[in-house]
Amino acid sequence: MFVKQLSVFIENRKGRLEQVTKELTRNDINIIALSLADTNEYGLLRMIVSDPVAAKDVLCAGGFSAMLTDVLAVRMQNKPGQLYHMLNVFTGADLNVEYMYVLDSSAEYGSMVVKVADAAKALEVIKSGGLELFDEKAVYSIVHK
Amino acid sequence: MILSKEETYSPSEIENLQSERLRKAIQYVYANVPAYRAKMEAARVAPADIRSVADLGKLPFTTKQDLRDNYPYGLFAVGVGKLARIHASSGTTGKPTVVGYTPYDMEVWTECVARIACMGGATADDIAQICFGYGMFTGALGLHYGLEKIGAAIVPSSTGNTQKQLLYMKDFGATLLVATPSYALRIAEVAAEIGVKPERDLTIRTALVGSELLTEAMRQEMYKAWGAGLNVTQNYGMSELMGPGVSGECEKLCGMHINTDHFIPEVIDPATGEVLPAGERGELVITCITKEALPLIRYRTRDLTRLLVGDCACGRRTARMENLSGRTDDMIKIRGVNVFPSQIEEVLLGVDECGPHYELVLTRRNHTDALEVKVELLPAALSDSYGDLEKLSRGIRTRLKSALGIEAKVTLASPNSLQRFEGKAKRVTDLRNVE
Ligand SMILES: [Zn+2]
Repeated sequence: MFVKQLSVFIENRKGRLEQVTKELTRNDINIIALSLADTNEYGLLRMIVSDPVAAKDVLCAGGFSAMLTDVLAVRMQNKPGQLYHMLNVFTGADLNVEYMYVLDSSAEYGSMVVKVADAAKALEVIKSGGLELFDEKAVYSIVHK
Repeated sequence: MILSKEETYSPSEIENLQSERLRKAIQYVYANVPAYRAKMEAARVAPADIRSVADLGKLPFTTKQDLRDNYPYGLFAVGVGKLARIHASSGTTGKPTVVGYTPYDMEVWTECVARIACMGGATADDIAQICFGYGMFTGALGLHYGLEKIGAAIVPSSTGNTQKQLLYMKDFGATLLVATPSYALRIAEVAAEIGVKPERDLTIRTALVGSELLTEAMRQEMYKAWGAGLNVTQNYGMSELMGPGVSGECEKLCGMHINTDHFIPEVIDPATGEVLPAGERGELVITCITKEALPLIRYRTRDLTRLLVGDCACGRRTARMENLSGRTDDMIKIRGVNVFPSQIEEVLLGVDECGPHYELVLTRRNHTDALEVKVELLPAALSDSYGDLEKLSRGIRTRLKSALGIEAKVTLASPNSLQRFEGKAKRVTDLRNVE
C-alpha cells in the first residue's frame, strides 16, 4: 500500500545535490518526482525513484545519508475539488499531513505523494473515504514518453 | 603488575628521595645552563637555598616561551655530543620545540613508560600495535620502547591507511592498541564500514590512549566502538618533560599515577602563579629531577588538573593527577565566558543522537563573538522530518546554554561528513582575528 520515498540529508555545501544526481545517474536510477526544501544549514531531498532500495544503497556507499520512508501515493482525477476532497477526508479523521508534493500530472490524472503522521489510520480512512492509492510497482515505473 | 619499587614508596620516602634529587638537579642546572643561572640570579635564589621540596616555590617558573627564546639548545644542560636522541614537537606558531635525551635519559624514559604500560594492563604476552605517528613526535617511540621493555611484541604500524591497520590487527592478532582517542574511534569506524566487528573479529583487549585528552564521555564512546570489555586507560606526558611517561591511569581508573621519583608536581593558580593547596584545581607545574639533557624546572604545562593523594586500590602509593579538565591553551573565551572544548564534547556526547565527531567555529560579527557547533548525527538518528531535526538542534542548543552559559549556533551534519583525525584531533577553528 505504501510507496518507498528516498530521503537524503544534504548539508548546504556546494555540489552536494549534483553529486546525489550523479550517483543515481551512474546506477541508471530514474527520478520520478522530487521535493527539496532547505533551512540555513541543511536540506532534505525527498524523491520517488525507480528503484528506492538500490538507490539508498548506492548513496549510502557513496557517503550520503539516505533513508527510506513510507509515504502514500494518492491518485486523483485532474479536475477541480479533488485535492480538497482528499484533505477533507484526512481532516475529518483528524489526520495530520506532514508534507506532500506532486507525483505526476497528466491530462487525466493528478497524483500526490502524501506523508501523514499515522500511517495505519490513513489506510483506514482512504478506504472509507473513497480515495484511490497508486500501486507501488506502478509508481516506480511511471515514465513519460 | 607493579613494575618498580618506587611506585609503592610511602609519601615520606618519596619526599625524601625528591628532596635529595631536587638539590642535585638545581646545582646541576645552575652549573650547566646559563639561562637558568640567569633566571635564578634574577630571582635572587642560590642553589644552597633549595634544600627540600618545600623550597620549590622559591624557584622561577619555566614556560614554553623560555624554550622558544632559547631555541634550539639553549636550555640543554649537556653538549650535543652527549645526546642520544633529539625529538621536536611542531609548534602551531613559529619554531618547533626541541627536546633531547642522553643515554641515561633514554633509560629513564623507557622505564617510566614501561611502568605506565603495566599500570594500564599491558603484559609481556601482548602484541602491541602502535598507531601513533612515528617520527619527530615523542608518542610513538616512547610507547614503543616502554612496551618493548616489558616484553610485548611491537607492531609499529604508525598512522595512515586505516584499512591496512585493521588487516594487521586482525591477522597478527594484536591485543593492545596505542592511539589517540580520536584515531582509535576512527579505526573502529572504518572497521564497521568494511564489515569488521571489533568485539567479534579482533583481539584487542587493552587500549593505551594518549596525546589528547580522553573525557569520560569519550571513554564511553570507546566502549561502544570497541566493546564493553575493553580496558581503556589514558596516559599523560609532553615532549618538553620527556614525552609520554609522566603519568598514567591504572586499571582502577581513579586518576593518573605520577612517576613522582622523577617528576615533582605542583598545581598553581594560572593567573597569579600562586601554589594552590592539595586537591584544588589549577595549572599543573612539573619539575624534572632526574633528567640530564633538558632538566626543566617548574615547567608550566598549561594543563588544568588537581592532585589526588592517598593510596590507590591498585597498590601504588604515588600521587595522582585527576584526568585533565582542559588546557589553558585550548580555553576559548566567548563573549567573556571561558569555555573548554572538552565541556562542549561532554554535552554533545550526552545527546543520544550525536556521534563523537564535532567541530567548533568561532567568528566575530559586529564586535560580538559567535560560536558555531557542528555535530555529526549518528546514522540511526537521521530523520526525514524537519520538525524532528529542528527539535534536536534546539535541544542541543538548550543543553549547551545550560552547561556553558553561552548561546551557540548548532549545525547538524550528516554521518561521516566531518573531518577525521589520525593524530591529535583539531576541532576548533578560530576565525575571529582572521577577517
Ligand atoms: Zn592505581
